[in-house]
Amino acid sequence: MNKQPSTMELVNRGLAKRYRRERNFRRLGLSAIVTSICFLGLLFISIAANGWPAFFRTEILLNIHFDKSEFGVDNLAAANYGALVKNSLRVLFPGVKGRRDKRKLYKLVSSGASFTLQDMVRHDPSLIGTTRKIWLPADDEVDLFNKGYIARDLPESDRRLKDNQIHWIDTLSAEGRIKKSFNTIFFTAGDSREPELAGIRGAVVGSLYTLIVTLALSFPIGVAAAIYLEEFAPCNRWTDLIEVNINNLAAVPSIVFGLLGLAVFLNFFHMPRSSPLVGGLVLTLMTLPTIIIASRASLKSVPPSIREAALGVGASRMQTITHHILPLALPGMLTGTIIGMAQALGETAPLLMIGMVAFIVDVPGGFTDPAAVLPVQIYLWADSPERAFVALTSAAIMVLLFFLICMNGIAVFFRRKFERRW
Amino acid sequence: MESPAEMNPSFFLVILLGLSSAAYLLGKRRAFALAGPGKGSRRLHSRPGYYGMLTALWCIMPALLLFGGWLAFSDTLLTTLAMKTLPPDMQNLPPDQVNLLANDLHNLVAGHVAARDINPILQKAADQYIGFRRIGTAALGLIMGAAAILAAGMVYVRIRPEMRARNQVEKIVKIFLIGCSTLAIFTTIGIVLSVLFESIRFFGKVPISDFLFGLKWSPQIALRADQAGSSGAFGAVPVLAGTFMISSIALAVAVPIGLLSAIYLSEYAGPRVRTWAKPIMEILAGVPTVVYGFFAALVVAPFIRDIGALIGLNVSSESALAAGLVMGIMIIPFVSSLSDDVINAVPQAMRDGSYGLGATKSETIVNVIVPAALPGIVGGILLAASRAIGETMIVVMAAGLSANLTANPLQAVTTVTVQIVTLLVGDQEFDSPKTLAAFALGLLLFLVTLLLNVVALYIVRKYREEYE
Repeated sequence: MNKQPSTMELVNRGLAKRYRRERNFRRLGLSAIVTSICFLGLLFISIAANGWPAFFRTEILLNIHFDKSEFGVDNLAAANYGALVKNSLRVLFPGVKGRRDKRKLYKLVSSGASFTLQDMVRHDPSLIGTTRKIWLPADDEVDLFNKGYIARDLPESDRRLKDNQIHWIDTLSAEGRIKKSFNTIFFTAGDSREPELAGIRGAVVGSLYTLIVTLALSFPIGVAAAIYLEEFAPCNRWTDLIEVNINNLAAVPSIVFGLLGLAVFLNFFHMPRSSPLVGGLVLTLMTLPTIIIASRASLKSVPPSIREAALGVGASRMQTITHHILPLALPGMLTGTIIGMAQALGETAPLLMIGMVAFIVDVPGGFTDPAAVLPVQIYLWADSPERAFVALTSAAIMVLLFFLICMNGIAVFFRRKFERRW
Repeated sequence: MESPAEMNPSFFLVILLGLSSAAYLLGKRRAFALAGPGKGSRRLHSRPGYYGMLTALWCIMPALLLFGGWLAFSDTLLTTLAMKTLPPDMQNLPPDQVNLLANDLHNLVAGHVAARDINPILQKAADQYIGFRRIGTAALGLIMGAAAILAAGMVYVRIRPEMRARNQVEKIVKIFLIGCSTLAIFTTIGIVLSVLFESIRFFGKVPISDFLFGLKWSPQIALRADQAGSSGAFGAVPVLAGTFMISSIALAVAVPIGLLSAIYLSEYAGPRVRTWAKPIMEILAGVPTVVYGFFAALVVAPFIRDIGALIGLNVSSESALAAGLVMGIMIIPFVSSLSDDVINAVPQAMRDGSYGLGATKSETIVNVIVPAALPGIVGGILLAASRAIGETMIVVMAAGLSANLTANPLQAVTTVTVQIVTLLVGDQEFDSPKTLAAFALGLLLFLVTLLLNVVALYIVRKYREEYE
């Protein structure tokens, strides 16, 4: 006779399996979080590992003789500074003969070295006629080699640096004429086609101008819109329409804002292409929804008792808002604005549409000058074929992330410091 | 090109600011004077500052309107005037060529032309333009000043103790607030018009059915008749298929990871894990997309290619898989934070009921919470999908340029956003179908994401109402 199992027995029989499933499900959830954190870690580590070397550059010590015959009387800029560098290299390596070999020798030093010398002479004309030991920037290939990116055992045809060049570098290195120093050019120069001369200053200044325009427009407009919608707007079709629009604009792809900027600001109003002004306008339209939504949440969190107390002692609605509600809601609004600005700082696609991809060497001096911004600079460098630009791109990304982390840190600080629970 | 120093119009704004401060002080003082000494200010309807503010506002507003009008329309006006000075045979050219001339004129005015390329006739027109601009700017300054002083003066003489200054100031401020809040509508209208206008021109050259159902996309227009591979085909299907494939890969990565982490964070994790893990996941959303693009091109794509080579697969270095994978990482936080919200909105009573019946936590989650939260989760996934479709930088940097109609994720495909960027970056001629095609793609992109957003927002809102 087979006894029918009781309910308890049935439950107990399945229990081990169900608990195992429970544990597995829990592990699955945890592994999902760990996976995304790992991705983040991998992203940061690969960027940092690639970008770190770009903060240093290789320099070569040369004995430059500022030959009097090279300099004209009145125009110091017209002198052939490149020849000074070449002369000193020839003195160092008297054995190098033939045009091709000589050209290879000259290639060890960056073409920017002549600008360094020019600046020195302009600052101190008494250098003319003397011989000085000067550290000059090396070419990007030499730099890569010195940092260990180019393997010696690679067949000669596979690398740009040839055997005799490596031999010269070794000689220089044995004489203590090669060193690595902090790459100041990266922070003080604009863009350049030569990796060893390219810097982010132009892009940082361009980003700054663009953000100033964005902030100056989006903060007042966003706060004003939020105040109207939260405090004044009647419940009707219009208000609904505005709300739906704002929510929808927050989710419109950023590149569409770029199309708007191209069609309206550039083609219709003929504003200057690739200028921080137009970039700022486009980013304003893009960040407005973020700021409005954050500001409304912040206004909503101010307790109604404060409104009623102010109205009760005879303040008008506008006075209630400007004297009481706004000061209490301002920290929340600022937090939202900073987060919106951080978004704007990292945005690339709409700026490509309004022509901010031009190759611009100069540091912009105003809101209507052609400029690049930091993310666009990253995009441009990421597209460059030279190996050395990989490090520069990663380094520029590190700078961008540094700014973003600072901005978000400030936002978190604001929230912690001023947030009031009612 | 030497030209005498010109007055910078923004200088007028500084003067205007000074004028309005003066107007404020004058208005305030007059209010005090009218009220009489001592406690006379009680006779005033509003506090004295409001009289000053009203005067200052009227001082600024008309002048600012004039200034805005000048900024918006001066260029069109000046160009028309300058083009009138050209010889008649140049004026009677077809519209395209006149536009080109106008463009050259602008370049001349801005001084962007090398000295040897200057056309003397056009240079004359440019000089005219600069001359007109100088006159116009000077006139603008005078008119702005006159308008400011006149309007402020009118308010000033009308100040009486019983004047309702506060109400008037508040009315003006309110109009400003309303104006700011309608900007969202104007932005949407602007987007629709700017994309629609160019798209209609595009569909005038390429039939809409060819665009929507054509199987070949090669937007290069042949310069010579015998040129190879540049037929100028505008069939959007391969582009849409590529977009769809990359977005699907991204969602296949982001939905499981995002959903599971949201479930873990809201149901299992203790408060300490939550305070740490949540912000870290939010960082993923804060990393600029250009950084993801670089990461995809530098690390992920070569990695996938090497793995493929190991197991004998031929993987393109711009494979859809790499771009989709990285895009998936990017949208994990969208899925997880939206799912987190909706899971937290499920009433505790439903959980308690399930536990009371003896269900384990995972059984409760799978059988009760997720089905209850499903509409909200679907809404979140739709929003994430719209984000994936509109994402630009990752695909520009990591996906391909050529439109392949393929179902193989290891090959290179292209997307709508990539095509918009490649068609519009660089030199543009606004009458070639190539440039206009970008706007047609933009219209398509806008409509698809709009549809997804509206449906998603509707579902999420409906869902919220159900449990509140």
